[in-house]
Amino acid sequence: MNRTYELMFIVRPDMAEEEQDKLLSTLEAAVTSSGGQVKNVERMGKRRLAYTVRRFNDGIYVLLTVEGSGGMVHELERRLRVTEPVIKFLTVRIDETQKRIDKLKAIRDAKRRTSAAQAPAATPEAAGEAPAVTA
Amino acid sequence: MAEETKPVASPAAEGGERVERGERRTPRPYGQGGPGAARDAGGRKFFRRKKVCKFCTEKIDSFNYKDVRLLAQFVAESGKIVPRRLTGVCTPHQRRLSEAIKQARNIALLPFAGRAS
Repeated sequence: MNRTYELMFIVRPDMAEEEQDKLLSTLEAAVTSSGGQVKNVERMGKRRLAYTVRRFNDGIYVLLTVEGSGGMVHELERRLRVTEPVIKFLTVRIDETQKRIDKLKAIRDAKRRTSAAQAPAATPEAAGEAPAVTA
Repeated sequence: MAEETKPVASPAAEGGERVERGERRTPRPYGQGGPGAARDAGGRKFFRRKKVCKFCTEKIDSFNYKDVRLLAQFVAESGKIVPRRLTGVCTPHQRRLSEAIKQARNIALLPFAGRAS
């Protein structure tokens, strides 16, 4: 239950602000009812689309970061598919990439710290540690 | 084949070329090293300079489909993904970059074909 997903969807450009809020609150309710947690909501505003989607050339982008299970995402996607103003959506799972980035950063920081502290004794230790972790 | 047609037969040049060819056979960490040492004047432009992976040097590790500006640098005018041998990106980064570009294309941030507006 600790999977983090990033859900980006495009809403038609002629949608009113309040309707967007209504849609977002519906989605948030769906998230919390299935035991998830909304991490972040970001409205990226109106942007020009790179190609025509359903005869629209612009769209309002919304980014939603949620934490929860796969079943929850399935439910969210189902709702988005059914919602008429939403013209496109994309879900990306980001917890694995985040884990990898954090691990690499930790290795790099550890290497930097040990090499800064004691140069000769630490480098074989850091070199011995790095391949073991990345294997 | 281009190397054999080289007119210069001085030992220094040949020695240098042999070293470079030997070097080419050893695996390199970055880049692909083309069929180098084609020093013919009218030769094809292989291996102009050693290309290093931009992401390996800057230690950028993950690509987000959202940063269109970065991704658009690796997309041609026609919208196609630029091959690795032209940009000098290393394989794992190229793979992640392609994945991010494809995600961006799906969410209409980059076009499938045509100029990226």
